[in-house]
Amino acid sequence: MKKLPKTINLTLKVWRQQQSEKKGHFENIATQNIAVHMSFIEMLDSVNEQLTLEGKDPIAFDNDCREGICGTCGAVVDGRAHGPQKATTLCQLHMRQFSDGDTIVVEPFRARAFKVVKDLVVDRSSLDKIMAAGGYISANTGGAPDGNAIPIAQEIAEKAMDAAACIGCGACVAACPSASAMLFVSGKVSQLALLPQGRPEAARRALNMVKTMDTCGFGNCSNHRECENACPKELSIINIARLNREYLKASFFSDAT
Amino acid sequence: MSWLIQIFSSSVGKKLLMAVTGLCFIGFLAAHLAGNLSLYAGGAAFNAYAEKLHSLGPILVVFELGLLALALIHVITGITLFVQNYKARSVPYEKDKAAGGRTLSSLTMPYTGFIILGFIVFHLINFSFVDKSDRTIFEIVRAAFVNPIYMIIYLVVMIIVALHVRHGFWSAFQTLGVNHPKYMPALMVLSVIVGLIIGLGFGLLPIYLWTIG
Repeated sequence: MKKLPKTINLTLKVWRQQQSEKKGHFENIATQNIAVHMSFIEMLDSVNEQLTLEGKDPIAFDNDCREGICGTCGAVVDGRAHGPQKATTLCQLHMRQFSDGDTIVVEPFRARAFKVVKDLVVDRSSLDKIMAAGGYISANTGGAPDGNAIPIAQEIAEKAMDAAACIGCGACVAACPSASAMLFVSGKVSQLALLPQGRPEAARRALNMVKTMDTCGFGNCSNHRECENACPKELSIINIARLNREYLKASFFSDAT
Repeated sequence: MSWLIQIFSSSVGKKLLMAVTGLCFIGFLAAHLAGNLSLYAGGAAFNAYAEKLHSLGPILVVFELGLLALALIHVITGITLFVQNYKARSVPYEKDKAAGGRTLSSLTMPYTGFIILGFIVFHLINFSFVDKSDRTIFEIVRAAFVNPIYMIIYLVVMIIVALHVRHGFWSAFQTLGVNHPKYMPALMVLSVIVGLIIGLGFGLLPIYLWTIG
C-alpha cells in the first residue's frame, strides 16, 4: 500500500469578496504543512490562523456541524460543488484527496438566487423562502399519535426517507448548469407527497413551492443530471419527475391555486 | 384562463411545452424519414411519394400549420428558457468540472436548437418554396446534392439533430414525470438509439444522393 505523506503544501486560489455589493477577485494563498487527515474545513481554519497572524482578513466560509448532516458548509472546489469526492459534504472531504503541490480553486456556490455575502459565504435564504411556501404540513399539535395508526408500506417509507435525506446545502443549484433548484424542491415535495400526512396539502404545496422557486431567480431544470451527481446525500432526479407529476396533477386536476 | 397562464409561465410548465412539442417533432421526423427512404427506390418512387403527399390537399395544409405552431411554441419557449437559465448563473465559475451528469448533447441543447432552426429555413427554401413547375422534386433534390457543400451541410446538421434528439427524447419523459427504475435505464438507451436512427437515417441520404450524382 502506498504510504501517504503526513503533510502537503498547497496553493489555494480562493475567491475573495468583501461584501455583496463590492467586486470580488481570486487570491492565491500559499499554504504549508497541511495535514492530510484534516477536513477541507479544518484546512481553511489553519489557513485562517496563518492569515490572522499575518494581520490579514481570514477567508469567510459557512460551516456548522462538521459531520455532513447540517447542510451549512459548501463551496465549489476545483470545479465541483463540495469538491471531488462523491456523496460528501465539504466538511467530510479530507485533504488526502489532494496531492502535494496542487493548486486548488475555491469558489462560492454561484447562482443569481445565491448572493455572495462575503468570500465563500452565500445567502441561501431563497431556499428558506421556498420552504416557507409549503415545505411543511399544517398538523395540529397534540398528543403524539400511535406509531402505526396509519400503515405505510415499507418501500414508500424508504422513498420518502431517501427524499428527506436532503440537507438543503444548495449543491444541486451550484452544480446545475442552469442554476436550477429543482432537486431541492423535488426532495421537499416528495418526502411529503409520498406520505399520507402530506397528501391533504400536496397540490397547494407543489404549486406554491414551484412558484416561489421561479420568483427567486433560479434557472429551469434542463435534465443535465449534474445535481444528483453533486448531491452529498445522493438524491435522485426521480424526485424531480415526481415533482413534475405532482405539479401537473395539481395544475390540471385540483382546485388548488 | 389564469390557471393556464400560471402553468405555462412556470418553469415546470415551460418544460412541459418543450417536452410535448419535442416529442411531436420526433414523431414528425419518423414520418419524414419513412417518406425519404423512398429515395433509395429511385426517382419514380420518391416522386410518387411526394405526389401522394400533395394529393392530401387541405389535410396537408392543416398538418403544416400544426407543425408551424409547434415550432413557434418550441422555439419561443426554448429561447425564454435559454435566456432565463443564462441569467440564473450571473457569475460563471472559474473552474467548472462535470459531476458526471451532463453530456455534450445536454450542454449544447440551445445551440443545436438554433442551428436546427436555421437549417429548417434553409431546407424549406431549398426544397419546399422552390419552383417545381418544370422539374420533379427528385430532379431538384438530386441536382442539389451533386454539390458536395450541400452534402456536407446536410450531413453535419444531421449529426447535430441526432445530438439534440439524444438528450431531448429521454428528457421529455422525465419532464412529463415518466421516470421509474423499471424502465428509465431502457429509455436512456432508447434515446441514444432514436438519436442514431434519425442521424444515420437522414445523414446517409445526402451521401447516397451525392454518390449517385
